[in-house]
Amino acid sequence: MDISFFTAAVVAGTPLLFAILGELMTEKAGQLNLGVEGMMLMGAVVGFKTALITGDPFLALAGAMLAGALGALIFGVLTVSLRANQVVAGLTLTIFGTGFSSFMGQGLMGEVIPESMKLFFADFKIPLLGDIPVIGQIFFNQGMLVYTGYIAAIVAGLYLYRTSIGLNLRSVGENTAAADAAGIKVSRYKYIHILIGGLLCGLAGAYLSLVYIPSWQENVTAGRGWIAVALVIFCRWNPYRVLAGAFLFGGLDIIGFRIQKYDFHISQYMIDMLPYLVTIIILILVSAGKSSAGSPPASLGESYFREER
Amino acid sequence: MKKFTFILILVLSIAISFTSCGKKAPKTADGKEVVMGFVYVGPIGDGGWTYAHEQGRQFVEKETGIRTIFKETVAESAEVKDVMRSMIDQGATIIAATSFGYMDFVVEMAKEYPNVKFIHCSGYKMAENMGNYFGRIEQPRFLSGIVAGMKSKSGKIGYVAAFEIPEVVRGINAFTLGVKSINPKAEVHVRWTHTWYDPAKEKEAAKALLDEKCDVIAQHQDTAGPQQAAEERGVFSVGYNSDMSKMAPKAYMTAPVWNWGPYYVDQVKKVMAGTWKAESYWEGMNADIVRLAPLTANAPDGAAAKVEDVKKKILAGTFNVFAGPIKDQSGKVRIPAGSAMSDKEQLSCDWFVEGVVGKVKGK
Repeated sequence: MDISFFTAAVVAGTPLLFAILGELMTEKAGQLNLGVEGMMLMGAVVGFKTALITGDPFLALAGAMLAGALGALIFGVLTVSLRANQVVAGLTLTIFGTGFSSFMGQGLMGEVIPESMKLFFADFKIPLLGDIPVIGQIFFNQGMLVYTGYIAAIVAGLYLYRTSIGLNLRSVGENTAAADAAGIKVSRYKYIHILIGGLLCGLAGAYLSLVYIPSWQENVTAGRGWIAVALVIFCRWNPYRVLAGAFLFGGLDIIGFRIQKYDFHISQYMIDMLPYLVTIIILILVSAGKSSAGSPPASLGESYFREER
Repeated sequence: MKKFTFILILVLSIAISFTSCGKKAPKTADGKEVVMGFVYVGPIGDGGWTYAHEQGRQFVEKETGIRTIFKETVAESAEVKDVMRSMIDQGATIIAATSFGYMDFVVEMAKEYPNVKFIHCSGYKMAENMGNYFGRIEQPRFLSGIVAGMKSKSGKIGYVAAFEIPEVVRGINAFTLGVKSINPKAEVHVRWTHTWYDPAKEKEAAKALLDEKCDVIAQHQDTAGPQQAAEERGVFSVGYNSDMSKMAPKAYMTAPVWNWGPYYVDQVKKVMAGTWKAESYWEGMNADIVRLAPLTANAPDGAAAKVEDVKKKILAGTFNVFAGPIKDQSGKVRIPAGSAMSDKEQLSCDWFVEGVVGKVKGK
C-alpha cells in the first residue's frame, strides 16, 4: 500500500471531520441533532448555487454554512424553545434538508464549479511541514479546506477544555439544571452551539459539492451524515479524537479499492463491513470501561423544563 | 379583509377549475384514463441512470399527453410496494419499475393488482400483467471500448463497477472486447464499489485505479464521480447512462447511453389501444433504445470513423459483440469461433473475458 492511499484517506475523511465536529458541538450542549445529513445537503446545494452565481469561494462557503445554520435554527426553535422531541425533530430535519436540496438543485444537473474556484480549493504544500517525509506528503499537501479541518478540530478542543465558556457549555450538557442554577444562560448556550453545529455541517456538505465532486450531484452525501452521528460516539465526544476518527473512517471507507488488486482470500463484502465492525467494537470497549471520560453528556437528548427543576 | 380573502378564494377556485378542464386526458378505448407511474431508484438529478429514465418520462408526457406520476429514491425493499400502491390509488394504470432489485416486489404487486400493467426494467421474471424490458447496452459499450482502446497509451484502462451481477459483468466484457479489438495487449482493471449511487466513493475507486497508472477510466455507476477523478488528474474517461460532457469537459470522451422514451411511448400507446401484452423486450441499437453518445474533442483522432464502421455493421446485423472465439481470464476458449453467446448465457454471465484484471465473485 502506498502513500497515495493515506492522502486519499485524509480527503475522504474531511467531510466527516466537519460533520462530526458540528454534531459534537451540538451534543456538548445536551442536544441530539439527527439532522446532520439534512444540514449537509442544505449546505451542499446552497454552496454550489452561490458558487455558480457569484464565482466567489468565500461567499460560497459562507452561503453553505448559513444554510446549515438555518437548518439548525429550525431544530433549535423546535427543541429548545418548544421543547419538542429531539429525535423526531432531527429526523424531520434530515427529510426536510434532503427535499430542500433536491428542490433547490433542480436545473443544476450537469453544472460544474468554475475553474477559478477549483484552483482556489486545489492542493498546495505547506512550507516546511510539507517537506517532512511521509507525514508531510499525507497531511500537508492537501487543499485549503483540509487544513481548515485540522484547525477547526484543534480550536474546538481548546475551546471546550481550555476556556471558561467551554466549561459552561459542558456543564449545560452534563447537568442542565445545575448549570441554570449557577447562572449560565442555558437556552442561549444551546442555541449558539446548535447553530455552530449547523455551520460546520453546512461546511461539510460544501466540501462535498464544491471540492470533492465539483459538479452537481443530487444527494451527494449518500449517508455520510449518519456515519458522522455514529462517529461522535466513536470519538467519545472529544474533538482531538475527531481528527483520528474521521481519517480512520475515511481510510476504511476506501481501503477496499486499494486492496482489490491483490489476490487476498477475503471477501470484499467483509472489507465493506470494516467501518461498521470497528464502530461496534469501539462501542463495546467504551461501554465496558468504567471511566466517565468517554461517556455522553449526561443530559443529552433531554428537553430542559426549568419549571420542573 | 374578509371580503378580499373571499374574492381571492373565488378567483383561485375558478382558475383551478379552468385548468383542470382545459385539457382532455387521453383515454383507452373503453374510456379509462391512462396514467403511468415511474418508480426510480435514485434522484432524477443524478445525471445518470434515473436521469435517463426521467427523460423517458418527459418524452411520454410530451408525445402522448397522458398524466404521469413518479417517485424518486425508492429503496429496493418492500418500500417499493407502498410506493406502487399509492400510485395505483392516484390512478396509475401502468407502472414502470426501473431497477433490478424491485423485481420480486413487482411480481407480488402484479398478483395483487391484476388490472394494472407492470413493466420491470432489467429483470427476468414475468406474469400475465408484468413484462420486462432492457436494452443491449453492450453494443454501445463495445464501441466505447474502441474509443478507450485507441486513447490509452499505457494499455491499462480502469473500470469502476457497481455489483457482481450479470448485467455489469456483461458490460465489462463487451467493453474489454471493444478495447482489445484495437489493442489486443490492453488490460481492463476492475474495481467494485458495491454502490450504485455514492459520488464520493465512486470517485475514490477511480482514484485508486489512477494511482495504479490507468490512463482511461470507464464506469458502470449511476453518478459522474469517476469522471471527476479523471478530470482532476488530466486523463480521459468514458461515461455511462447519459451524456456527461458537461460534468467533466476535459476528460469525457463518450458514453453508452439509454434512450427509453420511444419504448415507454410505445407501451402507453399499446395500453391505450388495448393491445398491451406482457413481453420481454430486449433490443439494441437498431431499435434506438441504446446509443453511443457523440464523441467529444477529447476522443482520439480516427475514433469516430472506426466507431462508425462497427456501428454500421451492428445496425446491419452483421456484427455480434459476443461472437466467438472468446477466451476467459484463464485463457480457456468459452465461446468457440463460429458461434456466439446466447441470450441465456449473456443473462447469467459470471465470468470475465481475457484481458480483464479483477474477480467476478466477491471472494
